[in-house]
Amino acid sequence: MSENKKTIIVFSGDLDKAMASFIIANGAAAMGNEVSMFFTFWGLNILRKPEKIRTRKSFMEAMFGWMMPRGAGKLGLSKMNFGGIGAIMMKSIMKQKKVNTIQELIESARALGVKMIACTMSMDVMGFKEEELIDGLEFAGVATYLGEADEANVNLFI
Amino acid sequence: MAEKHINARGLQCPGPIVQIFKEAQNCAAGDILCVEVTDQGFKKDIAAWCKKTKNELLSLEEEGGVIKARIKKG
Repeated sequence: MSENKKTIIVFSGDLDKAMASFIIANGAAAMGNEVSMFFTFWGLNILRKPEKIRTRKSFMEAMFGWMMPRGAGKLGLSKMNFGGIGAIMMKSIMKQKKVNTIQELIESARALGVKMIACTMSMDVMGFKEEELIDGLEFAGVATYLGEADEANVNLFI
Repeated sequence: MAEKHINARGLQCPGPIVQIFKEAQNCAAGDILCVEVTDQGFKKDIAAWCKKTKNELLSLEEEGGVIKARIKKG
């Protein structure tokens, strides 16, 4: 176990929870920690590229892709989302208060060397292909996460 | 000993510590970092950051809503 390693499981694809995850990841990296984020289930939506990428998909996979938010810019709030109006209001307040956007936080985390791992099982279930997700990710399963978690002294499930 | 000034006014958490961390990477041991921040959480955060990253917090004062910290790179 190392006092200088933190791992975060990002299960949620909600804007507020994604922001919390990335604020912690950025903060931990700035404290000199090695940080690994493991994205699974709804959390994968945060990593989708905003543009539509043509891929071969089954009908169900295509439906999933169509119904879920395409990328960090499209996420909703976990509370008071009101069909997206809540998220728009929240983003406008955060802009006013000069809070970093989720996209800026992702970029900053990447620049600080935060490792981002996408769960391949969830990707398979939801029909996400590697080319549909943002660059710089690693693709792995639960054993990779557990291996990283064993070495860390903080593990969060968000 | 070099002295470096960082203006992190207006940045929200975790902006200030991320910026200080980046700047500190380009400093030599003994260099002084002078930071100006408006995020109120920074007052406690900078102490925790210095302790964790083995840097020394020389002074911390607030003037008209602006927090000024002097940090010596360890």
